Amino acid sequence: MTPTTQVGPLEASLRARRDAGHKLLAPYVTGGLTDDWTEVLRAVAAAGADAIEVGIPFSDPVMDGPTIQEASATALARGVTPPSILHDLTGVDAGVPLVAMTYYNLAYRMGELRFARSLAAAGVAGAILPDLPLDESAGWEAEAAAAGIETVLLAAPVTSDDRLGEIAARSRGFVYGVSLMGITGERAEVASSAAVMAKRLKAVTDKPVLIGFGVSTPRQAVEVCAEADGVIVASALIRTLLAGGGPEAAADFVGGLREALDRG
Amino acid sequence: MTDAADGSRPAPGSAVEATHMGDPDDRGRFGDFGGRFVPESLVPACQELEAAFRAAWSDDAFHTELDDRLRTYAGRPSPVTEAENLSRRLGVRVLLKREDLNHTGSHKINNVIGQALLTRHMGKKRLIAETGAGQHGVAAATAAALFDLDCVVYMGEVDVERQALNVFRMELLGAEVRPVSSGSRTLKDAINEAMRDWVASVETTHYCIGSVMGPHPYPWMVRELQRVIGDEARVQSKELLDGGDPDLVVACVGGGSNAAGIFAGFAEGPARLVGVQPDGGAAIGRGLPGVVHGSASLLLQDEHGQVSEAHSVSAGLDYPGVGPEHAHLAATGRAEYVTVTDAEVLDAFELLSRSEGIIPALEPAHAIAWVAREAGGAIPTGATVLVNLSGRGDKDAEQVMRIRKGTR
Ligand SMILES: Cc1ncc(COP(=O)(O)O)c(C=O)c1O
Repeated sequence: MTPTTQVGPLEASLRARRDAGHKLLAPYVTGGLTDDWTEVLRAVAAAGADAIEVGIPFSDPVMDGPTIQEASATALARGVTPPSILHDLTGVDAGVPLVAMTYYNLAYRMGELRFARSLAAAGVAGAILPDLPLDESAGWEAEAAAAGIETVLLAAPVTSDDRLGEIAARSRGFVYGVSLMGITGERAEVASSAAVMAKRLKAVTDKPVLIGFGVSTPRQAVEVCAEADGVIVASALIRTLLAGGGPEAAADFVGGLREALDRG
Repeated sequence: MTDAADGSRPAPGSAVEATHMGDPDDRGRFGDFGGRFVPESLVPACQELEAAFRAAWSDDAFHTELDDRLRTYAGRPSPVTEAENLSRRLGVRVLLKREDLNHTGSHKINNVIGQALLTRHMGKKRLIAETGAGQHGVAAATAAALFDLDCVVYMGEVDVERQALNVFRMELLGAEVRPVSSGSRTLKDAINEAMRDWVASVETTHYCIGSVMGPHPYPWMVRELQRVIGDEARVQSKELLDGGDPDLVVACVGGGSNAAGIFAGFAEGPARLVGVQPDGGAAIGRGLPGVVHGSASLLLQDEHGQVSEAHSVSAGLDYPGVGPEHAHLAATGRAEYVTVTDAEVLDAFELLSRSEGIIPALEPAHAIAWVAREAGGAIPTGATVLVNLSGRGDKDAEQVMRIRKGTR
């Protein structure tokens, strides 16, 4: 059994949902943003998320726009740390897979294997490290796999066909297609590159293909899912939370997305 | 690939020594440091830049063009000045490599002229840059004007305030200065913001990084573009020292580009190489291995890996990291890295001004401060010390005036 070719629980769960005819919805929640942040996770899961990305805040989030930057800074100012977030997660059974989203230095500092093991111990299934491209990630991927963590790799619109094939082959859980050339944040329209990204990925892999960055509204989610298996929605949800919305507001927002996707 | 894993300094002339400051490996590593830790969106641009740089650097026509611009526009070669009064006072022989005499007032111009030429070779029309003290921003805005490129410069709000004159200079030169209000509102956050811009504009934009940091090939490329300082200085000091090298080569270290440039000329010789860091930004010594802004290096950070804020009276050194090659030179023991306090720097700022009639930038005042403190101590009496005077102090005069008057 080579851990790198095995289908893990994250991928199995997303495949099962997709193969049953559902579009996949993966909201992003900044870990430690508020006292009741784990309640937000439960609410979002109950409202129809298929997986949840849990952000572990980093001081220098270069791939993130103002909304997620602010959420990260707010959480850090509250004193949260990777261990405190993982501690909070332990025992949260949201009923859907959790995927950690953070920057590589936090894993590097703790030690790759230790970091991966502590994610697994907290019940996390996968990890996304956007500043760790293919060329640097093999070591982490192996340690993560050894700990039972599926490493989700990102593909970008400028990624060449060769690299796209390798990203799809090495990605675990699902493949994360970045919809546009840019950072996270709400956009008025879905970039035309989103559909191209989804089509290119679907052509080279049977793994679930989720598209993120700039997907903000139910209409946009439906539009992206014309080609993709699912969407990742971050800034629009975080804006609701930063504005003081709690678990209920988050559930309303995610429920709206779910409903639109189910209607098609 | 560490040359001397036990941290000892190789004996001058040993075989190991010849590999110091050579090319990084194909992943852009200097020993354990360097690499390319960027979002997938930026990988093709880094590859394109690496190819453009490799082609240019082995092309005589490129060197001819670059050398010509450096000579007729930037004012190279910069002289070496005997600091006679200071030497008498300190009991060591101080030579100053006068990068302060370059057009725009610092060594930063060497790097940007090279990168602006590469921008043109790559067919891009827009330059972005980050700046702390403003010197790299001014240099980038200057090169953009010269080569008819659009230019946006990111600068932390704190630095916008303490370097108001440089902000005005950049605007005069036709650049747009975008203040950055996130994080520590200094250089580190300006870099974050420039990287965010670059992710969104990479197909038309070149990110002109201002020091020997960032993803491969930047640390290597910027060192090679700054190597001119060391190559000139080695020839110049041989003339002054009857064919010998100075005993010490001393430079301040922010990201480390002026230090890397002058060290490159002496790395294979016998000189002691000394990098001087601000007390509040001593990535080498107080930092731990870390990955931020595109490379693995040493970084001030907390136990969990959150990047700490650096503190320095000098905006150009107010950075929690250091270029990866310096981390490697420290690990192999080929260079030493030391620190000085803000108070020592302010004294050195006045010391050089009064003793030599040269007002240094606060950054190289760090190098002067260490020499002043250690003459007769870590620097033996009678030793020859070559100091890289990386920039002039006009930009800092107002800030120092305010400090002296106690208004901040
Ligand atoms: C005059 C001068 N020296 C040194 C520095 C620090 O940069 P580096 O360490 O890359 O030489 C700066 C940066 O702004 C500067 O303006």
